[in-house]
Amino acid sequence: MIQMFEKYMIVENDAENIIENGKVTAFKFGARLPYYRGIALSLVEDIVIKVDGEDVPRETIKFSAHGNTYTLKEMETETEDRWNMGEVAYITVEKEGGLPKGEHKVFMLLNMRIAYLPFPSIRKSEKTVAIA
Amino acid sequence: MTEKKHSIKRGVSLYSYQEEFFLKKMSLEDCIAAVAKTGATGIEILGEQSMFGFPKLTDAFVDQWFGWMDKYGVTPVCHDFMLDYTMIKGKYFSDDEALQSIIRDLKFAKRLGFKVMRAIVNITPELMEKVAPYAEEYDIKIGIEVHSPWHINSAWMARHWEVMEKTGSKYLGFVPDMGAFTKRLARVQTDRMIREGADPKIVEFVCEQHEKGVMAEYIIAQVVQMSKRPIDIAVAELSRHNTYYNPIALLQHIPRIVHIHAKFYEMLDDGTEFSIPYEKIIPILIEGGYDGYLSSEYEGNRHIQDVYEVDSVEQVRRQQEMFKRLLGEIPVPKVANALSA
Repeated sequence: MIQMFEKYMIVENDAENIIENGKVTAFKFGARLPYYRGIALSLVEDIVIKVDGEDVPRETIKFSAHGNTYTLKEMETETEDRWNMGEVAYITVEKEGGLPKGEHKVFMLLNMRIAYLPFPSIRKSEKTVAIA
Repeated sequence: MTEKKHSIKRGVSLYSYQEEFFLKKMSLEDCIAAVAKTGATGIEILGEQSMFGFPKLTDAFVDQWFGWMDKYGVTPVCHDFMLDYTMIKGKYFSDDEALQSIIRDLKFAKRLGFKVMRAIVNITPELMEKVAPYAEEYDIKIGIEVHSPWHINSAWMARHWEVMEKTGSKYLGFVPDMGAFTKRLARVQTDRMIREGADPKIVEFVCEQHEKGVMAEYIIAQVVQMSKRPIDIAVAELSRHNTYYNPIALLQHIPRIVHIHAKFYEMLDDGTEFSIPYEKIIPILIEGGYDGYLSSEYEGNRHIQDVYEVDSVEQVRRQQEMFKRLLGEIPVPKVANALSA
């Protein structure tokens, strides 16, 4: 029930398609950890993404921050690297052709394991992002 | 207003500026400068909040850190550490893994000159006992945070107190959070819940009952009869999570208090806090001879950030002005003297 930084989780005006070797292979958007501190990546229990109401397959999601990139599976055992307080990371979704130009609704759910809280720490946000 | 001499010092937790720091409107140096500007001299941090790449520290950063302390005339006081028992999915830290995590924080705090560490409330008494010799070795006192809904005489805290007595260690103690003295539920929080759809009549009912001191379980039971909506029940549950105890409970424990979190939600224009009666609390700390820091901990941002611009710097400034008044650092206006006489 406690709301904390959710409105800042999906970064405004920070989404684009990714082009590799002349082909659009993915799209990405900026995201911040909606929490009052940074955490080790292994504490990210799950990230769920929906675009325009449709679930994105978990295995197509990658997380990048300060030059390092992880699949969600790899994040589970990464206890050293961290998502720092307020740091803009990028969530990349591999998808041939990326997203069509125009506006899209992006939904993000972040589930963190925070040991001192006797309930799951789940934060959700949905924002309209523009792909140029 | 007490005339008794005291040695209570004022500090600020950089947690207070989390909104501006998160949005990169304030840098770490800006936060330290803001503390100094209030006249407070103590700096408290959560390493995992303030330090990018925690717990790694470069020599260059450590030099810069002490450079800032000199430049702004402030002192490192307390580092708040977390204990992520569930670091690996599906596993739980052994006591030894948890101990290693704390030793990591002791090293971090030592390098930055902190004298106290705040232990997160889920630390077990058994672990506190194991960590005591290390706290002594690093010359850093460790205090368990006494955070609402617990209070200093709760069963959990009594178990911690037993360990303090048993070990006789001067390096173990309490860090009470003044949120345990929430006489009135935070208006910023209940207003937010109304914006999220809570029934204003239920909010009014819960606030009245809480202020009268009705036990939270009864308030919740009554609200369950009035509404089936989760948001309304959540309003009632605020009473359970934001307790009020008579601050006199602190008095007998003062020799064990190593630091204080001066939690606040909303400093009003008249220089008082909406929820927490500091005018009652501070004389008790003076009476008991508390000689550590009162460390501002602003936590209103998360309740207003949906619709208002957060001004943590102004909120902390106001709380520090209130402390100056209650600690006798500035003359009390004559009118106020007459009222308290």
